[in-house]
This record gives sequence, C-alpha cells and structure tokens, in this order.
Amino acid sequence: MSRLTASAAPAAGRDITGATAATAADTAPAGIDAGGVAVNGGNSSPPARHTPKAGRAWRRVLLAVWLPLVLLIVWWFASANSTSPFFPPLQSILTETWKQWIVQGAWVNAVASLSNLFVGYVVGGLIGIVFGSLLWRSRYLRQSANPFVYFLYVLPAPALLPASIAIFGIGSTRQIALIAFGAIWPTLLNTLDGMRGVDAVKLDTARALRLGGWRTYFTVVLRSASPQVAAGLRASLTVAIILMVVSEMIASNSGIGYFILQAQAAFAVKKMWTGIIVLAILGTVLNLIFVLVERRVLRWYYRSRALGNS
Amino acid sequence: MIETTETVLAVDRLRKVYNEGTDAAFTAIESVSFSVSRGEFVCVVGPSGAGKTTLLRAIAGLAAPSSGTVTFEGQVLHDVPAKLGLVFQDYSRSLYPWFTNGKNIALPLAARGVPKAERASRVSDALEAVGLGHVEKKYPWELSGGMQQRVAIARALSYRPELLLMDEPYASVDAQTRFDLEDLVLRVRRELGITVVLVTHDIDEAIYLGDRIVVLSGSPSTVREVVDVPLGSERSQVETRSSDEFLILRNNLLGLVMPVRP
Repeated sequence: MSRLTASAAPAAGRDITGATAATAADTAPAGIDAGGVAVNGGNSSPPARHTPKAGRAWRRVLLAVWLPLVLLIVWWFASANSTSPFFPPLQSILTETWKQWIVQGAWVNAVASLSNLFVGYVVGGLIGIVFGSLLWRSRYLRQSANPFVYFLYVLPAPALLPASIAIFGIGSTRQIALIAFGAIWPTLLNTLDGMRGVDAVKLDTARALRLGGWRTYFTVVLRSASPQVAAGLRASLTVAIILMVVSEMIASNSGIGYFILQAQAAFAVKKMWTGIIVLAILGTVLNLIFVLVERRVLRWYYRSRALGNS
Repeated sequence: MIETTETVLAVDRLRKVYNEGTDAAFTAIESVSFSVSRGEFVCVVGPSGAGKTTLLRAIAGLAAPSSGTVTFEGQVLHDVPAKLGLVFQDYSRSLYPWFTNGKNIALPLAARGVPKAERASRVSDALEAVGLGHVEKKYPWELSGGMQQRVAIARALSYRPELLLMDEPYASVDAQTRFDLEDLVLRVRRELGITVVLVTHDIDEAIYLGDRIVVLSGSPSTVREVVDVPLGSERSQVETRSSDEFLILRNNLLGLVMPVRP
C-alpha cells in the first residue's frame, strides 16, 4: 500500500509523511517531560509529593517565560525614548491598545475574527479527520486522491483569495470557507498517516474480540491515531489563524486583519501596532488552550510513554 | 473432566502459502491436521520459525488458509467465531493503552450487547477469575507485565468463550510470573471447563499444561507426532516437573523437536 502512495507522488509524498511525523515527534518530548514529572512525583515519593512537584512546575513555567519577559523589558526600555513614527515606545503602544480595543470598542473586530476562525477551523478539522479516515479505509480512494490531495496541500491557500471572493462574494462565508480549506490539509494528512500506523496486533485484537467496524474505528483506530491527529489539528490551527488574518485584509469590513490594514493605510502606525499585539495575544492564548485540551485528552499517551521510557 | 469426545475444533489438511503464485512464494505450513475435544487442553509445540503463529492465526479465523479447513463447533471458519477467546503473546500490544483495564475487558461485552449495568459485574468476575483485585480504574501500563497478561486473559474470558486460544502467552514475562500464569490457566480451565489450545516453543511448558501435545516439524510445518500426556489433571510446578513421567516425556519430545542429526 505504501508503495502505491509513494509511486503516485514519489519524493513529495515522502516529504509530507516525514513532515507530519516530525510534527508529532516535536510535540511529544514536552509532553513526556510533563507526564514524567506528574507520574513520578505522584507515585514514588508520597510523603514529599507536593514540594518537588510544585517546584518543578514553577521551574518549567519560569523556563518558558524568562526569554519573552527579557525581550519585552528590552523592548520597553529601548523604545522608551523613540521618536521614530514606525517604532513608537512600547508603553504608548500598550496604552493605545487599551484605548483602542477596550475603551473605543475595537474588540468587536476580535469577536468577528474569532467567530470566523472557530467555525472555519472546526469545519476544516472535521473534514480533515473524516476524509483522512476515508483515505485510510479505501486503498482505491487513496490511490486516486493522492495526487489531487498533494496538489491542494502545496497550493498556498491565500492564492485562492480572489477566487473565493468570486465564488462566495464578500462576507464571512468566504472567510470561513478559506479558513476551513486551509485547515483541512495538515489534519487530513496526519490523520491518514496516524491511522496507517496503527499496530496490526491491535487490529487483530479488535477482530478477535469481534468489535465490529464502527466500534473498531472509534475505539481502536481513531484512538490509536489520536496523538497524530492532534499534531495535525495543531498545525491546522496555525494555518487557520494565518488565513483568518489574510482573509480579512482583502475585501472585508471587519476583523483584526481589517483593523491592522486600515490603521496602516491611515498612517496610524501606533494603532496598527495595537492590532498586531492583540493578534499575538490571541494566537498565544489559542495555542495554550489547544495544548491544555490535548494534554487532558491524550493523558494516557503522555503518561504511558513516560512510564515506558523511565 | 467432561467425559465426552465431542470435537470442538478440527484442523484438516491446513496449508498456508504466502505470496502464492509469485517468485516470493513461501510455504509456512505444508499440511497440518489435528482435532481438539471439548474440555481438552492441547499444546502445539514446534521449533522457532515453524509457522506457529501463522497456524494460530488460521485457527482463530484471522487469516484464511491457502487450502484445507478449520472447523469450530461444526462450522467452517471464515472469521473469528463469537465463542473464541484469543490471547496474544505481546500484552503491551494487544491491550488498548487509552482505556482502563475495566474498559478493555468491557469492550467485547459492549460489542456483544451486554447491558451496561451487567458489564461491571462481569468485568470484576473476569478479574477475579484471573486472580486480580480491583484494577478496573487503572490503566494497563500502570501494571506489571504479568498483571497485564492477566488482564488480557480476563478480557478473553469475559464473554465466556468455548475455546481459549493462546499464542506463546508467557514468552514476555519472567520465570516466576510464568509459573504463576501457567497455574492460573490450569485453574481457570478446571473451574470453567473451557477448552484450551496453547501454542508455545517451550516443551516443558507444553508437557506441564497439556493433555495432548501436537508436535510440529520445522518450516514448512507438518504434524510430526501427537503425544498424549498421562499426567492427570492435578499438577504442581515442583512435583510434576520432577516426576519420572515428565522427564521421559521431555526426552521423547526433545528428540522429536530437535533437528535430526546426520
């Protein structure tokens, strides 16, 4: 089966699988670390379990935030006396952010962006999982869809922006469609890859237990592939956020991207910076939420890996 | 023991060739025939590479034979029958790490439409049958290897199969655990009156457990001999293994399994 896929897109197909596998591997080590701390702290030394665990957790948080903090401080002081119209002082950008987004109500732009993002991402992610599963299930579908999927995967989604305006007109349907389109591919390819990697013994076991088709799919195949599906969903989230902003920059009248472009066009540089800051905060928060949900859902994965490696 | 000679499983001239009709054709099983009566404990031994796992997959209905038939309770097998329990060698691969032990054991029950309220008691019965306490809420990977294999056996027993098929179930555990698990299967078999077919490369284990032993030749495998084990139904690790009958059987079997000297 792998030969067939490879022959349809020789080098390229390998690259995709390689890239997706790397995504999964990249996300794993952090999780193993986290899982290992929790499990070992919880099991091996019950009397002194709180202090080391809390201490390790603090150190992890500290390790993660010290560099951004230092950079912010550097930015703050380096820009404090700036008179350049392009790089206003950080302090004034932050005050302006509060003024623009909270006091003057620009937050409606963030709401517009986020609602598009949410719908587009959910639709794209679901399509990715469903079609990834279908491609896993049917070799014929996989063979015939492979060049087509690869073609759409390498196509930069922003290039479809003019076409999407022509098809969907102006409005949030077009933005949602574009976000969904971009979000499909990382999830689809990772789902397919993860499902093709399901241990044959686990599938034999499912047959021996007579679980049946759907039960095997939901309790064995999808579960077994879930770490890689999650890696795909995370890559899809990044793509979706990019497309959210890009789609708002052309033929749009709301959203963070629209706000940034409007400010830039009006030479309101400070105002433009506030949009970028809001975007950065939203992106960080969304990724954080994703990681927290993933840790919760895939707890078995990280904890069993941590035990296996210790 | 139930004194009937009703045949539960009949393997008739089973042959398995991989990549049949190509240059890479490989005959794993030449021709294997044997039958298993209800309540019997049959061990299948053979040297490494004798196609033991291939044979087991065919007997379980997981792989179609190239020719010949496997008949289970009068029906020719095409898929895994509902009344068959299967225990794989590698518990870490056959248990589902994303489910707790309880959920693992309840899966085949759910698939068989056992009501949810009944499942919990069936799960704890199965765990009790394999000598495990309440580990329903734990995950398989939180248990030791021997305990995990017990969970796998409990899962295979939970839906009360007629035939328990085991593929080198003790090859991945340490010696002490192995003795415990051997006695466990003997006890389960005695208490439930279940028929057991166990595939192994270990002659001592086959003699200790089996009523009869099917000795396979090397690849491509055929049945070299079927040996009766007249050790009775009460066996103990120390006494049985040091008894004269055991040692005589052991010598006979070694002669059969070891390659013929030129």
